[in-house]
Amino acid sequence: MALSTPDSDQRDFRDTSPGLRLFLLCFFSIALMVLDNQNQHIQDVRRILSATTYPIRWLVDAPFALGHWLGDSLSTRTTLHAENRELHEQILTQDARLQRMAALEAENTRLRALLESTAKVGDRVLIAEIMSVDMNPFRHQILVNKGSRHDVYVGQALIDAQGIVGQVIRDQIFSAEALLITDVDHALPVELVRNRLRTIAVGTGDLERLSMPFLPRNADVREGDLLVTSGLGGTFPPGYPVGVVAEVSSDTGQPFLKITATPAAALNRVREVLLIWPEPTEAAAAAIESDAENTAVADPAEIAPSDDSMPAAADETEAGSSPGPADGRFAETADDTGENSASPSSENPQQ
Amino acid sequence: MSSRRTSRWPIWIVLLIATALVSLPLPDSFTPFRPPWATLAMIYWIMMWPRMFGIGSAWIVGLILDIQQGELMGQHAVALSVVAYLTLRFHLQIRIFPLWQLTITVFALLAIEAFIMFWIDGVTGNPAVGLDRWTQVVAGAVFWPPVMAIMDRVRERVEHRGRAFT
Repeated sequence: MALSTPDSDQRDFRDTSPGLRLFLLCFFSIALMVLDNQNQHIQDVRRILSATTYPIRWLVDAPFALGHWLGDSLSTRTTLHAENRELHEQILTQDARLQRMAALEAENTRLRALLESTAKVGDRVLIAEIMSVDMNPFRHQILVNKGSRHDVYVGQALIDAQGIVGQVIRDQIFSAEALLITDVDHALPVELVRNRLRTIAVGTGDLERLSMPFLPRNADVREGDLLVTSGLGGTFPPGYPVGVVAEVSSDTGQPFLKITATPAAALNRVREVLLIWPEPTEAAAAAIESDAENTAVADPAEIAPSDDSMPAAADETEAGSSPGPADGRFAETADDTGENSASPSSENPQQ
Repeated sequence: MSSRRTSRWPIWIVLLIATALVSLPLPDSFTPFRPPWATLAMIYWIMMWPRMFGIGSAWIVGLILDIQQGELMGQHAVALSVVAYLTLRFHLQIRIFPLWQLTITVFALLAIEAFIMFWIDGVTGNPAVGLDRWTQVVAGAVFWPPVMAIMDRVRERVEHRGRAFT
């Protein structure tokens, strides 16, 4: 192209004033940013626009998906055999564990029935794949290939085989963006399995580390303590493993312990995650009251369809020490609601 | 008036590829050096075909990037609009620069973009930690000469074809 073409000389013909145009666009962008930052008014706009950019994401993801597919379909007989045997062994050990689980669950349900508390029914889950798409490099966000078309909702918890992965922050029609628990803006209410001490686990921006900055120096925390979700705040269902306490250091000058934990979920290695739909507690209680059959949600992907919901035997037992880690939601929310306000960002990670 | 007759699809195809490249998964050690492909492509098109691609188009590209990257809606949009404005304002000068001067100019434009992004991040309370944003600016400048060579070839081909058909 020649240096001064007619088109550049007559630029002003079409574009009357680039400065004015820039000003208007900047103004519009700022309005958009303010609205988006408040996180409510233009969610639908964003959802639709995201759906329209889904082809780009699909395009980026496609070669990787193809690679995985090829890897799956071209694996040799021996590797398949080995994998099969490994999976068989895993199933065996997990079945053994499940047997104990079933007994515990039955006991748990019976005790809850005694307390007139809600039974923990198996949560409905759906397997979603993480798309191989890089998001904003400064946030720990992932994109999963299930969206509001599959009933995914904002605030929904994501787990993998080992523990909590994160929560959905934006549901798009065909995909959803999720924030990992290690993002600096993320906090989730947890409790220690050993002594049911409740606190908040905050992300550090490091995929291998969570921190718990709100425990006083006399708190009973040891290395190796298992953290599970406490269910406070309502975003995460209670009883799912979050991580293991890796380091506890107390500085005499500081009022709080410095605790780091390692996330249980393999955050940087997962490819498949499970989206959880927790059972609504009130509805579950009503279901137990009315009829015991009405527990299972008809879904093939459901784990642990528990049919053993006991008929409620009314009793005046006080909510005392509960045996298992995966219960006590009722007692907890009753006695300690103050802790809930300490985690504003677990409700709204986009502050 | 060949460039006037040629359609706009090459611009958008190149930008589509660029936006896809922006979100292409890279190993973690490479992400600090990922050039802002979309910005580079946009600067090129504004510099060469200022009548076909203006501030408004840049804004749309920015919005797509925002949504794709999961950032605040309007953040890339405002940054790219400013870069587009500056490129448009000086495109006659920039175009005749030798390559090294052009590379420096692109570096400055990318730095402005990164600064706007950084600033908005700070204002909205999501300060980005680390130097990734700035290493990406350097990577963008380093990648400018090859990008420009490829884009020149694309543009020449499109212009020749446009001339042949019209």
